[in-house]
Amino acid sequence: MAIEIEQPSVGLSRVAVSKTHGEDSPYFAGWKAYDENPYDGESNRSGVIQMGLAENQVSFDLLEKYLEEHPEASCWGPGFKENALFQDYHGLKSFRQAMANFMEKIRGGSVKFDPNRIVLTAGATAANELLTFVLANPGDALLVPTPYYPGFDRDLMWRTGVKIVPIHCESSNNFQVTAGALESAYEHAESMNLNVRGVLITNPSNPLGLTIQRCTLELILDFAVRKNVHLVSDEIYSGSTFSPSEFISIAEILRDRGYIKAETERVHIVYSLSKDLGLPGFRVGTVYSYNDSVVTAARRMSSFTLISSQTQHLLACMLSNEEFTGNYIKTNRERLTKRHETIVEGLRIAGIECLKGNAGLFCWMNLSPLLAEPTRGGELALWKTILTEVRLNISPGSSCHCSEPGWFRVCFANMSEQTLGVALERIHKFMGQRKNH
Amino acid sequence: MRLIVPLQSVVQGRGGLIFGSLIPCALFYFLQLYLKRHRSHNPQSSPPSPTLSSPKLAELTRTSSRSNLFSRGSNGQVRISSRAISIAKPNDSPYYIGLEKASEDPFDRFGNPDGVIQLGLSENRLCFDLIEKWILENLKDSMMGSDDGDLNINGIATYQPFDGTLELKLAMAGFMSHIMGGAVSFEPSQMVLTAGATPAIETLCFCLADQGNAFLVPTPYYPGFDRDVKFRTGVELIPVHCRSTDNFTLSITALDQAFNQTRKHGTKIRGILLSNPANPVGNLLSREMLHAILDFAREKNIHIISDEIFAGSIYGDEEFVSMAEVLDSEGFDKDRVHIVYGLSKDLSLPGFRVGVIYSFNENVLAAARKLTRFSSVSAPTQRILVSMLSDTRFIEEYIKTTKRRVRNMYDLFVAGLKKLNIRCADSSAGLYCWADMSKLISSYSEKGELELWDKLLNVGKINVTPGSACHCIEPGWFRCCFTTIVEEDIPVVMERIQKAVKSTTILSNSS
Repeated sequence: MAIEIEQPSVGLSRVAVSKTHGEDSPYFAGWKAYDENPYDGESNRSGVIQMGLAENQVSFDLLEKYLEEHPEASCWGPGFKENALFQDYHGLKSFRQAMANFMEKIRGGSVKFDPNRIVLTAGATAANELLTFVLANPGDALLVPTPYYPGFDRDLMWRTGVKIVPIHCESSNNFQVTAGALESAYEHAESMNLNVRGVLITNPSNPLGLTIQRCTLELILDFAVRKNVHLVSDEIYSGSTFSPSEFISIAEILRDRGYIKAETERVHIVYSLSKDLGLPGFRVGTVYSYNDSVVTAARRMSSFTLISSQTQHLLACMLSNEEFTGNYIKTNRERLTKRHETIVEGLRIAGIECLKGNAGLFCWMNLSPLLAEPTRGGELALWKTILTEVRLNISPGSSCHCSEPGWFRVCFANMSEQTLGVALERIHKFMGQRKNH
Repeated sequence: MRLIVPLQSVVQGRGGLIFGSLIPCALFYFLQLYLKRHRSHNPQSSPPSPTLSSPKLAELTRTSSRSNLFSRGSNGQVRISSRAISIAKPNDSPYYIGLEKASEDPFDRFGNPDGVIQLGLSENRLCFDLIEKWILENLKDSMMGSDDGDLNINGIATYQPFDGTLELKLAMAGFMSHIMGGAVSFEPSQMVLTAGATPAIETLCFCLADQGNAFLVPTPYYPGFDRDVKFRTGVELIPVHCRSTDNFTLSITALDQAFNQTRKHGTKIRGILLSNPANPVGNLLSREMLHAILDFAREKNIHIISDEIFAGSIYGDEEFVSMAEVLDSEGFDKDRVHIVYGLSKDLSLPGFRVGVIYSFNENVLAAARKLTRFSSVSAPTQRILVSMLSDTRFIEEYIKTTKRRVRNMYDLFVAGLKKLNIRCADSSAGLYCWADMSKLISSYSEKGELELWDKLLNVGKINVTPGSACHCIEPGWFRCCFTTIVEEDIPVVMERIQKAVKSTTILSNSS
């Protein structure tokens, strides 16, 4: 070869170079800071405490106990071959049955779920994306109440080409969705020439840590019927409510109204074992749909995101064990409630108010009195201070698209009690210093 | 028309314009009122008992919106996306129809001797005994135990890196290198693990091409590519036809022609999608051919995806050369090459969902890593595989035994077909053979081929994959997988082929 000619480097797709994955936002930047300097009770007591990850670590002992007592769950006897070969996108029947039972149990047995309407995916992340692919075309829109889980920007928009149009909610009514806000969002989408295909709610809400009231659910369902759009209810925290009676699933609303087809055909529920069972590493999610075409399309699409057959078998055994699930759900709830009380009280003593929550693995804190200026910039400055000085990674409301600055999500279940204590001490100290200035 | 004339005279008369516009409006209004009053209500429109807390106004709105909906009838049905509509349609591809039939009525020598013999799924069931033995001897420690022997779920329950743990990547790198005869070493940092090779291919397509772009793919090709590449990405596949005269080997001339033709039509080609070893033919790309393809890709500035999932299923004497090996040894720019691998074929673990994207392009790796959150390998599965793949003694024995058993089945199966005057393409890899049944079809066309396929499935009760499902340009070729059966089943298969061929069953749309 005589001359080295500069070849243009081979190009990548728009999806590959887009920033829609959102990993440049403070939500993820804080994680980086944690990764670089993680707190450890023994070896790194001045490290960053991770309070930005909604993970449930309070009930591992229950899981370990089950596995130790039930070696058959690890599937290594007769049936191993069939299991290792099993790649049917319908999923193991026993596992779907076990998931349906578990979902029923969480809702206190008040509604029934049909295992044949369960589509399995490798995590709720995949479930939400898959549903978006099934319900909307590129360029269409989904309406999502704010504040919402930052990951939705990526999960619902990135590869699908669908847009999120926010339904703005305000602190004046505890960030509940109103009819006016729904209509505004719809009109806003129309003004941008976007076809609204559905509303996506998270119930219990992330980041609010609050269940959605019955009347609000009915309002949203009526809206969906009126506009002839879909309603996706992400109920990933349904097993993490502090008081079981306060959570109302959209499934219950449908049941109460007699399962009318015009209503059911548009409702889809997303669930996962990542939060309630504390098993995000297992990658287990589901789409439950009352619409046959959606079930068929979603199932076929799930080929891209199947759950390991080995994992399905293990969990089928675990979740079919009534004694285990009953005890787990109850104990987990008690421990989460206790943690929640600890953190809310600790924050209150430090002078910080939280939204009165009743579910989830986090609190929604109001730090607006601390803002130098009541703007997004002020909020980010405060976030940075808390990250670098107090060395706590918490999630700023702006990354959740909250319309009011100063709110922060703080997680309390992804650490030991001791670590939570240390975090509260640091906050107390920080607030004390602030007061003195 | 008739109505307008009297109106015109009204308009042109006294009162003119006002009446001319008022009267039609009034008529229109009265018409609407009439229709509304006389519209028949769907019996379902009666609302359920109202909930205690909802205010009256909300109830009213609800009732009227519901009855409006019902009176619209089925036109009010909520829509799903265009993608979903086409995906939800009943599957008309023989590839999928056959798989379904075989799974509904599976052959079992003792339990269901008249069932459908599955020769349409390229899975290796010949060496399960080895895997089972390993599991029984090594299990408990590998799944739950940590170094100190205590049961510790913490390490696998929590969020893991979405693109796979470093331990598994190291183990996979070692395994892949071993499988490919030690000729090339793989860097764990260039690896992204996915829940199977299916999402690996899709993820790469999302990274390398935009909606409306295309990949060139030599035919015949694995029917699943139509789904993996096209379903959600909106990327097209352009076939580059290969012929039996060259034993279905790819030619650069054909690649070039296809490239130019496609460009003329205004579609941008972003890359070439190769299977090496090839599926369904089972032949290998020679070192020279790999060089030629790399040169072509460089000239056109496009990517290469090399699906090497059958790299460990070599039964012939020909040497398998990975794209990675060629890149290692030559000065080719590596940014355009991406290799796909998985454990479904070589290790017979399709249910566990383990796939690999191996790339030399940092930008592709960065994007792919983020995309794996949608299709990660399950943590407990990762743990077990780390142990299994790191057991080099076991892996060596496994690879050796697999090769021997697959070769044995291949020899017997191909010999069996030869006795029926059915010859197979030359192949040295894969879990299948590519059989030429063109002399047995009634008309030398896709129709004739599908008629034979139908007879084989419904009369002969064997599921094989017809060439048309693989986009083969020559009719009459069938892919027969022989690793899903045992030696004793081979004579049964041959008998059934004869039975099907001799059958004079008249099909509803035969010529």
